[in-house]
Amino acid sequence: MSKAKVKTFENFWERNKASGGYLLKKRILSYALSFVRFILLFGMCFMILQPILNKISVSFMTEQDLYNPIVISIPEHFTTDNYKLAAELMNYKKGIVNSFVISLTIAIVQIFVCTLVGYGFARFDFPLKKFWFVCVILVILIPPQTISSSLHLHFKFFDILGLIKLIKGDTINLRGSILPYYLLSAGCMGLKNGLYIYMIRQFFRNIPADMEEAAYVDGCGTLKTFVQIMLPEAKPIITSCFLFAFVWQWTDGFYARMFMSGTTLVSTSLSRIVDSLGAYIQRITGVKTTISIAYSNCILATGTLMIILPLIILYLFAQRQFVESISSTGIKM
Amino acid sequence: MKKNAKKLAGLQKRKAIAGYLFISPFIIGFLAFMVKPFFQSLYMSFCDVQLGSAVFEPIWQGLVNYKYSFTVDPEYTRLLVEEISRMVVYSLAIMVFSFFVALILNQEFKGRALVRAVFFLPVILSSGVILGLESDNQLMATLAQQIETTTSNVSITDALEQVLTTAGVGTRAFEKVFEIIDNIYDVAIASGIQIIIFLSGLQTISSSMYEAAEIEGCTKWESLWKITFPMISSLFLVNWIYTVIDFCMRSDNGVIEKIQKVMIDQMNYGLASAMSWVYFVVVLAFVGITAGIISRGVYYYE
Repeated sequence: MSKAKVKTFENFWERNKASGGYLLKKRILSYALSFVRFILLFGMCFMILQPILNKISVSFMTEQDLYNPIVISIPEHFTTDNYKLAAELMNYKKGIVNSFVISLTIAIVQIFVCTLVGYGFARFDFPLKKFWFVCVILVILIPPQTISSSLHLHFKFFDILGLIKLIKGDTINLRGSILPYYLLSAGCMGLKNGLYIYMIRQFFRNIPADMEEAAYVDGCGTLKTFVQIMLPEAKPIITSCFLFAFVWQWTDGFYARMFMSGTTLVSTSLSRIVDSLGAYIQRITGVKTTISIAYSNCILATGTLMIILPLIILYLFAQRQFVESISSTGIKM
Repeated sequence: MKKNAKKLAGLQKRKAIAGYLFISPFIIGFLAFMVKPFFQSLYMSFCDVQLGSAVFEPIWQGLVNYKYSFTVDPEYTRLLVEEISRMVVYSLAIMVFSFFVALILNQEFKGRALVRAVFFLPVILSSGVILGLESDNQLMATLAQQIETTTSNVSITDALEQVLTTAGVGTRAFEKVFEIIDNIYDVAIASGIQIIIFLSGLQTISSSMYEAAEIEGCTKWESLWKITFPMISSLFLVNWIYTVIDFCMRSDNGVIEKIQKVMIDQMNYGLASAMSWVYFVVVLAFVGITAGIISRGVYYYE
């Protein structure tokens, strides 16, 4: 085996000669191509990673390092005070627990419901199916901002067919509590839920129908078939949708501001961090001072890092589920 | 025979009922949280909404809100035009970039998994609140400026731009191209999902097609245009729609910010509804027209 390999290697120039220079040309071309590709990819990867690296270096700097023109990426006075301050400003411990619980439960509710709906659209024939599917597309297309103002009011004066007014004499104000968002999620109207339905439906459609039919023939009921036969098959898409739901919920500011203004979440407290810094400094010094842009941005960078850190850890572990499962399912739309 | 047909109809009926049960969460959610707010917000956009502590009452006032947002409000029209034109340019750039990257990532090379992981990272980094914060980060901007001034002599794009402008080709189209190149980070960070979608399409093309073409004497360049392009043309449509919608709903979008400000800070629900309806209709029309044009060029293999 190895002998043959050596022989062909020795014959390379002869073979090149025999092919009229074609082999050499091809070899050189492929090396050149991989070199160019390496440079391109290295540059683009650097471009994507650079802001994170930048933030990491800034987050360890003291204030005087920020103004020092000599210090660019490696801090002269290494400090972790920025992290302590940012954690205090964002109420980090409480926020991260809240965010984690809410993102997790919301993602579970959303994906559970979306899987059911996606399966229904993929595998059953029923009247008005096309119409309802157009509605799903509509949900993807309508920006939530369009209906947000009236959803606001809808939950401010919440009522189910006038029942609550009949019993309690008044509508209930659900604003500020998290309940409306759970209701929305249970009704597939949460963040990007239309997209999840679409993706899950596409996936189910690609699974051959034979397995299901075999299960039906063997006397398995609809629900049992779904749970025992189809769900295990759809694991990759459900995992990736779940991860998406979790991540997008974690960083979401829109629904958080609309429904969860009373709860400390990392996403909302991050967007307020500069203001909190101002208030904090005012409280300490007693004078209203303007904070330098550099310092407030340093704190902002630290806060951002602290928020994306859990996500990056999650991403490192579940990277395969994120990337490969989607590309291997071959979403054809 | 007759019994059989009846049984079949019964099975179909059962399946239809099961289907409706499966999608019932969506139907309920759609009716409760989409249809009503949707029409209510349409109605509110024609009203002056009075907000009390316990009640709110919309008072019909016709097109006043629309007139206000177009003629009186100092920012709205400008923001709308700016955002739409920015959207066109950036969506095109994102499409080209993500297609290009997907082509590269589809090749075999060492460390492909790592590079894919990096390219997909923006999906996390550009979501939600983080994106909005990123765009007005002064410190990063000054840092970038610092780097730019210290390396101004070696900036390739600057040099190229100067060469091209002195050569007399510095038209507006070129300025746009250079603007995109300067903001390539924004483009890269917005194209995570698009790259994945293109990649998934590229992986479904069977390699036997390329082999056949190569044996027939087709160059790589030709097979890109004759095989790759038609085979994933349907994904161009999907990606285009996704990109446009994604761009319109980003939290750092000027129009969206304006609407949020009017609604939450000024508590002017009617005006906010009118503004978001104008925006929605414009975007929808844009998506509809462009998708119609693209779908003419889409080639379906089956």
